[in-house]
Amino acid sequence: MRLVVDLNRCQGYAQCAFLAPDVFVMHGEEALMYDPGADETQREQIMRASAACPVQAILVDQVDLAEGALAHVG
Amino acid sequence: MSVDGPTRTFRRQGRVVVVGASLAGLRAAETLREEGFTGALTMIGDEPHGPYDRPPLSKQVLLGKTPADGTALPRRRAIDAEWRLGVAATGLDLTEKRVRLADGQEVGFDRLLIATGTRARPWPRDAEADLDGVFVLRTSDDAARLDQRLAARPRRVLVIGAGFTGSEVASACRERGLEVTVAERGPAPLVGALGGVIGAIAAELQREHGVDLRCCITVTALEGDPAGRLRRAHLSDGTALDVDVAVIALGAMRNTEWLAGSGLGAGPRGVACDAGCRAFDVHGIVTDDIFVAGDVARSPHPLFGYQFLSLEHWGNAVAQAETAAHNMISAGPDRRPHLWVPAFWSAQFGVNIKSVGVPPMGEEIAVTQGSLAEHRFAAAYGFQGRVIAAVSFDHARWIDFYRERIESAAPFPPDFTGVDRPPGGVRPVPADFPDPALPTHGPTVTLSGYSPSDRRVTFTPARA
Ligand SMILES: Cc1cc2nc3c(=O)[nH]c(=O)nc-3n(C[C@H](O)[C@H](O)[C@H](O)COP(=O)(O)OP(=O)(O)OC[C@H]3O[C@@H](n4cnc5c(N)ncnc54)[C@H](O)[C@@H]3O)c2cc1C
Ligand code: SF4
Repeated sequence: MRLVVDLNRCQGYAQCAFLAPDVFVMHGEEALMYDPGADETQREQIMRASAACPVQAILVDQVDLAEGALAHVG
Repeated sequence: MSVDGPTRTFRRQGRVVVVGASLAGLRAAETLREEGFTGALTMIGDEPHGPYDRPPLSKQVLLGKTPADGTALPRRRAIDAEWRLGVAATGLDLTEKRVRLADGQEVGFDRLLIATGTRARPWPRDAEADLDGVFVLRTSDDAARLDQRLAARPRRVLVIGAGFTGSEVASACRERGLEVTVAERGPAPLVGALGGVIGAIAAELQREHGVDLRCCITVTALEGDPAGRLRRAHLSDGTALDVDVAVIALGAMRNTEWLAGSGLGAGPRGVACDAGCRAFDVHGIVTDDIFVAGDVARSPHPLFGYQFLSLEHWGNAVAQAETAAHNMISAGPDRRPHLWVPAFWSAQFGVNIKSVGVPPMGEEIAVTQGSLAEHRFAAAYGFQGRVIAAVSFDHARWIDFYRERIESAAPFPPDFTGVDRPPGGVRPVPADFPDPALPTHGPTVTLSGYSPSDRRVTFTPARA
């Protein structure tokens, strides 16, 4: 699944890193590193992290991947 | 909201073409649909990939944590577009309202969004740039190639240019345990974007992490072996360095060549537009059907003396795309200006760097919180007695506070009573930006043209 974090908004509070540690990791004191193409099995944790982020910085795919496939038609 | 007749018809059955299928193009397309555009939408992109995110390319991807093809952007909604990927737009006919494509086809439009962004500035000498081992970093294909080469553990990587991208590449290399030399023409890393005071801190960070940082130096030649593999770099101080990999990080060039001769005010500094994202033509007259957003745009900003800002910032691409899309399908009074306050982040050497406002306008800088020595601080930039920008190292939570100061033109030197004020008090010193006329990798904010103090009659969109 595809996701992106708006790192202008992110304040490094690390809630996401507690809730979905396989996807969101703090790098140093407050820089967030995340997996933009996380495995589908992580969906539930990612949704929980996204809901818990105090500044709503985590954007997750709203469309099923069928549309994604369309994007690669030339 | 009042929607007049023609606008209503356009929203229902108009034709929108977006050239540049990346961050700005995608966010604009989503906004068009979100706000009720049901006409035909065509997305033209010269890369073979669908829209993907670039910031992870120099961070997660080069650290080997995310594959280069794993940064596709999430979709906020279905956009029901016709995608023309892998084909470049090569021309624009403003009279006939058609975009010409590299494959000889043409696409007609009622309204056009130009979102062609920037590309990496290449190494100036082709034969040297073609050597095996010489890389740039802008696209996911670039990142895939570079990541693969770093995984093969080169003996030494040379990064040419210590702007944000070059510094992030150097950081990733050190984290991978590779030897890195950084060559920078200016006196310090990040100096074009953040000035000499912060540049000195960035230099400390690099050296503490084992980077062989060489400032005030240029690379004069790259030398290959008979098989065409990079072997050596020659520096302006007369020394030479054995390297297997060189990453050219000399800043970006705006993708406007395809608009040459179209009559639009487009050139090396970008496509000029008004605060509503409408492009200017070569006479300085605003067009009503051609819109611009993202890295390729330059637009006037009231907070910064109506100077034209060219921003190479992720957040600007998103915000400007949303405003451009809204204005494309709105009638006059419902249109909005693009008033986003510039903001940027970078992660390097384990430090989270953020900036807000336009630091290169700063005459002075004052550390307002934390301490430079600990590399944990916030600092404000002053311009004519007001706060014009701020930068933070591992102090991101304060950035919104400074944004408000900038928006309200709060006085500089600042008089905040913060919780962690620096021990010696707040003392402004010169911000120490290099002369903008000197070539460097370039700041990520460029101020250009048409300031009210600029008394020229002719509109000069481009300096060849
Ligand atoms: C390695 C890297 C790291 C970055 N890190 C950060 C960061 O930490 N923080 C931050 O704020 N910003 C960062 N950025 C900047 C950010 O990625 C850009 O601001 C953003 O991508 C701009 O989006 P855009 O859509 O305007 O342009 P682009 O992303 O450049 O997209 C333009 C698209 O148009 C295509 N195109 C060009 N010409 C044509 C043509 N004639 N016909 C068809 N298609 C064309 C291009 O190939 C490209 O796909 C980084 C950029 C890079 C490269
Ligand atoms: S929860 Fe939100 S603010 Fe906190 S680190 Fe994660 S993305 Fe950033």
